[in-house]
Amino acid sequence: MSRQRLDLGAAGEAAAARWYTDHGYEVVATNWRCRQGELDLVVRKGRVLVFCEVKTRSSDAFGVPAEAVTREKRERIRRLAAAYLEDAPFRAREVRFDVASVLDGQIEVIEAAF
Amino acid sequence: MLATISSATVLGVEGRPVTVEVHVSSGLPAFTIVGLPDTACREARDRVRAALLSTGLPWPTRRITVNLAPSGVRKVGSGLDLAIAVALLVAQEEVEPAAAAGVGFLGELGLDGALRAVPAMVSLVEALDGAVAVVPAAAAAEARLVAGHEVRPVTHLREVASALMGEEGWPTPPTPPPAPPPPPEPDLADVRGQPVARLALEVAAAGHHHLLMVGPPGSGKTMLARRLPGLLPPLCREHALEATRIHSAAGLPLRADTLLWRPPLRAPHHGASPVSIIGGGTAVMRPGEVSLAHRGVLFLDEMGEFAPQVLDTLRQPLEEGEVRVTRAKATATYPARFLLAGAMNPCPCGEGSVPGACSCSDAARARYRRRLSGPLLDRFDLRVEVLRPEVDDLLRGEPGESSTRVAERVAAARERARHRGVWANAELGAAALDECAPLSDGAALVVEQALRSGRLSARGLQRVRRVALTLADLWGCDGALGSDQVSLALSLRADPVGLSRG
Repeated sequence: MSRQRLDLGAAGEAAAARWYTDHGYEVVATNWRCRQGELDLVVRKGRVLVFCEVKTRSSDAFGVPAEAVTREKRERIRRLAAAYLEDAPFRAREVRFDVASVLDGQIEVIEAAF
Repeated sequence: MLATISSATVLGVEGRPVTVEVHVSSGLPAFTIVGLPDTACREARDRVRAALLSTGLPWPTRRITVNLAPSGVRKVGSGLDLAIAVALLVAQEEVEPAAAAGVGFLGELGLDGALRAVPAMVSLVEALDGAVAVVPAAAAAEARLVAGHEVRPVTHLREVASALMGEEGWPTPPTPPPAPPPPPEPDLADVRGQPVARLALEVAAAGHHHLLMVGPPGSGKTMLARRLPGLLPPLCREHALEATRIHSAAGLPLRADTLLWRPPLRAPHHGASPVSIIGGGTAVMRPGEVSLAHRGVLFLDEMGEFAPQVLDTLRQPLEEGEVRVTRAKATATYPARFLLAGAMNPCPCGEGSVPGACSCSDAARARYRRRLSGPLLDRFDLRVEVLRPEVDDLLRGEPGESSTRVAERVAAARERARHRGVWANAELGAAALDECAPLSDGAALVVEQALRSGRLSARGLQRVRRVALTLADLWGCDGALGSDQVSLALSLRADPVGLSRG
C-alpha cells in the first residue's frame, strides 16, 4: 500500500477518534491487533462499548465509503470484537458496531450499522 | 421514513393488489426486498437503482427495505419496478405522499428509466386500489379495456417523477390510430355438400356440444372445424373480459381498442405437451391452450396423433370448466370452458371408412383407436363421419348456406337455453333436463330400443336428450321431445368406425 494511502487511512481514523471524543466517548484502543486482524477504533461511553470501522475515501467515484463494508468484513469485525472482549479489562453491558465514513474530510458516523 | 404505494401482481390470470412499502433508515447502505418476490421481481433492485440514477433522481445511500404486502402472495415478474421507484422517491421526501395517494403504478423499468409493458395488464389494472392507474404507454390500450380506472400512460420514469413533484402535468400521448378491422372469419358457404357435418356444426354451436369428426384425409374436417367459431354468438361483456384477461396474461397480442368479443379458436399441433395444453411451467405460470380457448373453440386436428396422456388432461377442464395447475411454488386456477372439436382419421392410413381401401393391420387400427380413452370419447355428444364430398357437389354444387344464416338460428337457440337459466343446453343438469325436456311416447320408444340393443348407456341417454333438446330449439319446437329429434340425436352420436370398440 502506498505511503499516500496509509496516510489517508490514518487521517480518517484520527478524524473519527476526534468525532467520538467530541461526542462524549472515551477512546479505549486504536488499531488493536491480534492474529486475525485489526480493529480500527474501540471507544466507550458508560458501559456501552463501540467497535468502529473507519472507511476513508478521497472521492465518491467508487461509491460512498460505507458501501465498502461487505458482509465478509462485517463478520471479521464481529470475530475480532469477540477476541477483544475476551481480553478486555472490563465487562461491557452493551456492544455496538459503528461505521465511520470519511469522505474528503467530511465524517459521517453510522451508529449501530450492523 | 416510510412510503406506501399501491400496485398489483398476477396469480394465474387473477390480479392481486400489492402494497409496496419502502423504509429508508440509517445503517450501512443496503437494499433488500422482502415479501415473497420471485427472481425477476427481486432483480428490481438493480433496475430501479440504475433507472433512478440515470434519470438524475436521488438514490439513498442508506439502508433500504422494500416490503411487498401481503407477504403471503407470491410476487411475479417486473411489474412492480415503477411502484418501488416511486415509493423510494416518496420515502426520500422528493414526492409528497399525497401526490401518490389513490394512484396505482404498474410497469417494468429499463436501466435508462424507460417504462416497459408487462403481460397481464388487464388483470393487473383490475386489481389496483385507487382510481388512477399509471401504466406504460405501450400497454395503455390494454389497461383502458378495464372500466373504472383513469389511465395515465407514461413512457419514462422522468415523466412520472415530474408529474408527481408537480413540475409538469401528466403527459398526453397521441391517440393511436384506430386498429384495422379484424380479418373476416371463414364462411360456411365455402363448404360444398356435407349435410351431416353442417348439421353437426350447427348443433355443436347451438348447444355447446363437443364434436368429433371422423373421416379420411381431404374430406374437409379441418375446413369445417375452422368455421365453427363463426357460428357462435359474440361473447357477452363478462365472458369477453374473461377471455381478454387470459390472452393478456399469456402475453398474446390483443386488439388495441376492444375486448375479445369473438369466441377464440385455438388449434394446437398434435405434438403439444401436457403443460402447453393445460397450462403451468416452472418459472412463470402461463395459461395453456384449454384456457386460451376459454369461451371459444379448442380444435384438435389429427386427434389420434396426440399423446394419450395429453388427451386425458382434457378431462378435468371438460368436466369442470377450469383447470387447477399445482406446482411446488404456486397453485393457479385458470378458467377453461371451451367447445371441443376433434378431427381424426378412422385409422392410420386414413382410408378405413371406405370398404376394402384400408391397408392397416387390425393391430395398428386397434392401437390407433385406443388413443382416445373411453371416458374422453364419452364427452363427445356429437360423433359424425365426414366423407369426401361428391364430385357433383364439388364441381356443380350450389354454395352452401352462409355462416350468418346459421349463426342467426344458433343465437335463437341459445336465447331459448337462456330462458331455462343456462348458458347452453350442454350445461343442463339431469333434474332440469327432466323438467324442460320430457320424452314424448314416440321418443320414449326409440330410446327404449336403443337402450335394449346396448347402443346407448344410461349416461349416453342424458347426452342424447340434451342434443335432442338443442335440435328442438333450432327447429323452434316446444314441449316434449319428439321421436324424430331423439332419433336424429342418436344418429349424431353414432360410432361410425367402431372407435369405442378399440
